This record gives sequence, structure tokens and C-alpha cells, in this order.
Amino acid sequence: MSENEKNSEVMLPTGSELVLSSSPHLSSPDSVRRIMYKVLLALVPAAIAGVWFFGFYALVVMVVTMLFCVGAEALWCKLAGKPVMGTIADGSAAVTGLLLAMNLPPGVPLWVCLIGAFLAIWLGKQIFGGIGNNPFNPALVARVGLLIALPAIMTTWPVPRSFDSADPAAKITHATDTPVDSITGATPLGEVGTTKKILDKSEAAYANFQAVDNDAMLWKYFLGEKGGCIGETSVLALLIGGILLIALKLINWRVPVCYIGTVAIITGLVHFFYPGVSPSPLFHILTGGLMIGAFFMATDMVTSPITSTGCVVFAVGCGVITSVIRLWGNYPEGVSFSILFMNALVPLIDRWCSQRPFGYVRKRG
Amino acid sequence: MSKKDILTFDGGIHPVSDGKALSCNAPITAAPLLDKYRVLLSENVGKLPKPVVKAGDLVKKYQLIAEADGFVSANLHSPTSGKVTGIVDVPGPMGTLIPAIEIEADGQDEPCEPMPAIDWHKADVKELLKRTADAGLVGMGGAAFPTHVKLSPPPDKTIDTLILNGAECEPYLTADHRLMLEQPERVLEGAAISAKILNVKNVYIGVEANKIDAIEALGRRAAEFGIKVATLKVQYPQGSEKQLIMAITGRKVPTGGLPMDAGCVVQNVGTAAAMTDAVCRGIPLVERVTTITGEVVKNPGNWLLKIGTPVIKAIEFAGGVTAEPGKLILGGPMMGFAQKSFEVPVAKNTSGILLLPVELSMNYGSTGCIRCGRCVEGCPMNLIPCLLGNAVEAERFDLAAQNHVMDCLECGSCAYVCPAHRPLVQHMRRAKAEIRKRKK
Repeated sequence: MSENEKNSEVMLPTGSELVLSSSPHLSSPDSVRRIMYKVLLALVPAAIAGVWFFGFYALVVMVVTMLFCVGAEALWCKLAGKPVMGTIADGSAAVTGLLLAMNLPPGVPLWVCLIGAFLAIWLGKQIFGGIGNNPFNPALVARVGLLIALPAIMTTWPVPRSFDSADPAAKITHATDTPVDSITGATPLGEVGTTKKILDKSEAAYANFQAVDNDAMLWKYFLGEKGGCIGETSVLALLIGGILLIALKLINWRVPVCYIGTVAIITGLVHFFYPGVSPSPLFHILTGGLMIGAFFMATDMVTSPITSTGCVVFAVGCGVITSVIRLWGNYPEGVSFSILFMNALVPLIDRWCSQRPFGYVRKRG
Repeated sequence: MSKKDILTFDGGIHPVSDGKALSCNAPITAAPLLDKYRVLLSENVGKLPKPVVKAGDLVKKYQLIAEADGFVSANLHSPTSGKVTGIVDVPGPMGTLIPAIEIEADGQDEPCEPMPAIDWHKADVKELLKRTADAGLVGMGGAAFPTHVKLSPPPDKTIDTLILNGAECEPYLTADHRLMLEQPERVLEGAAISAKILNVKNVYIGVEANKIDAIEALGRRAAEFGIKVATLKVQYPQGSEKQLIMAITGRKVPTGGLPMDAGCVVQNVGTAAAMTDAVCRGIPLVERVTTITGEVVKNPGNWLLKIGTPVIKAIEFAGGVTAEPGKLILGGPMMGFAQKSFEVPVAKNTSGILLLPVELSMNYGSTGCIRCGRCVEGCPMNLIPCLLGNAVEAERFDLAAQNHVMDCLECGSCAYVCPAHRPLVQHMRRAKAEIRKRKK
């Protein structure tokens, strides 16, 4: 083969497609959109549990709230002159919608979902500049807004499908016409809230808790048979999703661990010294919104601290406030308030917990 | 090997596909002789050397063609025999036109009288240092810092450790891998010579665990040169000096400092091999192993290229391309420089010629920070890149300085992992430039 023939086979680049850019020239295949879709995936177990325990209407609430949130985001972008498709395609509005729906009572009317969607997307997120700029968790802004504005609707708890009963007929029943033998018309925390007294040292006080805080009931709470919001009932399903989030490196494990740990320690101490004030720590962990809050709400990337140290401070703060509200506050539940309160402190926490660079030397003088 | 024996630093990233499989099994191949070479004058950090030849001069291979101008500068030698046609402006790796000595090869590749070989065991340090300078050695890992300067630390610094950098943490590059695998004794002997110059007893060679064959090849001969082979975790940027020193010795280079502030000197394995040639054979640095690779290169491989080889010719050696590339990068994909011209000549620090396909060369549009913290986790310098990026976007360079932007290595770990595809490295560079400008 001659030299010429050899050369004629070689295809050389012309440079017509060359792009100039700064290093690095590779990029992780992950994107904001993928992250949001993975979060949605991690919420699926709890969503399925919600539908199983509260029936088809729970699914309607979740789907409709997601659509409302995406719609609210699209409308805002339209009005604000932002690219509509580019914004809703990142999936963040859908995540907010699903999280909000999972924090609503199973029997909530759909018009409440609509108000919630606008509270979440407009007041919670877009007014601050959209994704990444909101100081508060948008879903929680909406939930707390609704709780304050519509307390009756937001605390009406249908009875969950029971493992004991073969007849799941009364799925969407309201507090007034529920069987007496299950914890109806209230969440376990609600039950406890009505009996707690400040620093009651008597053993008798503890007896009040026994109906809701015993092994059989704790098992039910773990599996999900308890009154509450659509997504917060099944601890098992939330744990599956939470572990998925940690495995996919979407959340900092320190947040759920420190949050739940703090609640366990505080309620454990109080339970030990004043059994009339608090049920067992396990009761606190398995009931209310602690699990969904610790795994899905407090871990929201945008509204939690950026460093791991900051995450620990933030999570412990959430745990303290949640415990205090649950034990001594007027509301039976404190997860939403505690996370929102700590959200407000995130810029400060970020400043306090700023890390020193590698090889940092304190300057003299 | 147990996990405990694998050393590493805190932070860093692991690129999803490292592209090394394309070329890691291709043995080093000598490139055919070309008819023209353009040797860049700016082969080193510091002052440009002064040309000592003019148009029309006949030169032999290894003949001095430009002389170091001052201490921080390096000699240049002719890569082949032929005629100097002049000093011409060619596209340089940084995108500007820079002067180069153009040599028309006569096809003989005839060497000049070599410098005498030195028995380094008996030679004194001054003689070895002089040879290092005479042979025009510079750091071949990328920075091109003159080696004789690196090996003469100021007397107030105590150096007790020499680390050979064989981490090759950049994706796609395999030149150092092949060099260590095929010529371990050349690398090890150069390390021993450098250790003698520095008068240090602790000599390590750090290699990432994805080059097990090279680790074994080095391990078989390392003891006779008094060198310890350290296996490093496959983690980018393991080959960054500060991170390498941390991984191997546990010492931290103080912020703003140099390796010598931690008692260490770090040298690239290619430089060590060139040191062996210079001392034991009297051959100056005129060629190097370069990885020519990328998904669109027909036969990705590792080539022994003469300095001054135009990149387009190097690509021709590798069989050309299978599709039009979207990016031409000198060096690796994490810290290398994108080029706009295929006429850029290969220099002493060209570790790789990388052609990325068009699909991988898109400029991602960036979106807002979602504070996911991946950049914080990935930053080997323990900075908070997202907040620094925000400061730069708000033109708050004072805030960026307060938050230690000057410590940034520009390794690109933050920008690689950012799901919002923010151009964080550009932000850091901009902040550094602004801060330097304001200090003046």
C-alpha cells in the first residue's frame, strides 16, 4: 500500500464543530430534573400506602394537587414572562404538589387543594424568584397556611382501612360516624394532646396514654393504620422512600437521623421522668408527621443548610421545636412549624457552619 | 488488597465514565517522522527562553535551539535534525498566537554529540541539578514548571519527602499509566536521582488503584531504588499536589502555600523518566508520551511524540477520526484546555490530545442553584462553591475573597457534579482575576 493510499483512508477533522469552553469538559449526567423525578419516585411507596389506607379519593387528591401546582407555576411564569415549559419541566412544582397533597387530610375538598397549590407555588416559591430562591419549604407554607385558615377542614380525619376489619366500606367517613373501637376523629397525637398536662407527675396520667401507646397500636402506626394526612400514615412506606433517598444521595442522612434522634431523646427523657406528660419516644416517632417531615420536608435541598455541620444543627433544632410543641404546645403536632422556623434560620446556620478550607491557617494579627 | 491500604483525601468526585478503556491497553508507539516541527518557545512557566538559532541554521537532533533566560526558564532542544526556517507565530494552547521555532526535518533524525552520561550515584548534587537545567526538564504533568527550580527549594524549607505523581486521575488519559507499566525502571531511576538531588529518604510513587498492572510493575523494582509504591483510591483530583500529599503523608499544605511548605516535592512520573534520560544517557527533553484519544478517534492510543508535532498530525497517527469532533482538548477533560485550531503544536506538558464527540460537547444552559450541596461534598479544598458562585453572580468579589475563593484549584469537581450545570469554574476564575486586579 503506498503512502498516498494510506492517507486517503484517514479522515481528518476539519474543526467545523469545535466548541470552545472552560474546563471541566465533562458533566455529571444528573440534572435538577432527574433529582426531582427521583424524589417523586421515593414518594411512591408512601403514596401507595395513602391510597391503600384511605381509598381512591386519596389518589385523586394527590394527582389533582400536583396538576394544580404545575398549573400555578405555569400561570406565574406566563404572567412574569418566564419560559413556561422550561420551568415546569424541572419537575419541582410536581414534587411540591405531591408533598403538599401528602400533607393534607385524606378527605380534603379539592378547592382546598387549589388554594394550597397557589399558596405553595406563588407565596411559597415564585414570589422569592422561583426554584432555589425560596427560604421556606413551599409545601409546608401551604399546609400551615391552610391549617390556620381552615382549621376544621384541615383536622378532619377519616378512618383508615383496618387490618382487623374485613370490610373496608367506611373508607371516607368523617369523624362523626366512625366506629368507637379505633382511634377515630383524631390522630394518635390529637388523642394525646387532649390528655396531656404540664408536668403531671402522677402515674394515673400515664394510664391515659395506654389506650394509644401500646405494642399493638405501635405496630399499627408503623404499618400505617392511623388517622392522619395522606402521606404520613405508613412509617414503613416512608422508611422505604427515605432509605431510597439516602441511597440515591438525594438527602443528607444527618437530617432525618438527627431530627428523629433529637425527638426520641427529648421525649424519652420527659417520658422517663414525667410519664404523665409524654407517651413513649417510639410513639412520638411512629405518629404524626415526623417521618415524612424528617425524610422529605426538612431535607428539602433548597431550604436546608448547605454543609453537613449545618444540617446537624438544623435537624437538632427541628427536633427540639417539634418536641416542645408536641409536649407543651397548643397544637398536637409541631413538625411543620418546627421545619418552617428552622428554614428561617438557614442563612444564619450557613454562616455559622461555614467550613474552613483545606490547609486553613489563621492569619496572625 | 484491603481497603485500608488504599489512600485518599477528603472530597473529590468519581466521573461516571472515565474513558480510560479506550487507550489503556495500547502500548506506547513511536510516532513516524514528520517533515516539519514547530517548537513553542513558551514550553515552561516563567520567562521564555531566548532562541539561539536563526532562519537557515542547520540543527541536529537534541541540539540546543533556545536558551533559558534566567533561573525560572528552561532550555529548548531540537526534536530532529534539519533546517531552521524561522521563528513563526503559531496558535498556542491558550488560544493566542505565540512564537515557535520552525524546523524543516531532513528525514535523517540525526542526533548531535550527546551530553556525557553521568553516574548519578557518584555525582554531586550541583552536577545533577545543572544537567536537569541543561536538558530543559519541566513538569510534564501539566504545569510545566522548570524542574531544576522545583528541585532547588530555598534553604529555609526542609524537604523530607519526594512524591512521584502517577495518579493520572484525569479521565481518558493513560500516558502515565503506559509509561509506568512499560518502563518502570526509567521512572523509578529518575525518582531516585531526584531524591538524591533533594537529599530525601522518603520517596513514594502514588498510583490510582485502577492501574493495578502498573502498580505491580513498579512494585517489582521499587525496593531496589528505595521507593515505596502507594496505592491511591480512584478519586478525582487524586493527582492534585495538595491532595496527593494529604493522601500519602497525611500532611496539609497550608492555604496559599506550596508543597515544600509541607516538606514535600511532587514530581510527575513522565518528568522522572525524562530525568533518567537526561542524566544516564545525556538526552534532553524533546519527546514525550501523549495519549491521543476520544470516542471519535479511530485508533486511540499512546504515542511517543516529538515536541513541536502539530496536533492534526498526531491525530493522523491515530488513524484520524470517525466523526467530526465537538471539542479538541489538550490535557484531560477535567482541567484541559479546549482548542480552536488543530495546528497547535504538542508541548512538553501535553499529556493528552482528546477529541470529544459533538454530543459530549454541548454547552449546557445553567439553571439556578438548588443548594443540593454536591459541590460542597465534591470540593477537595473544602470550599462552598455554590455560595462562591452566587457571590460572583452578584459581583460581590469581596464576599468571594472572604470565603476563600483564592484557595480554589479549578479542578472542576464542583462544576462536574452540579445538577444545575452552573459554570462554577468560570465563576471562580473570574473572582480570582478580579481580586488580583483589585489588589494591584
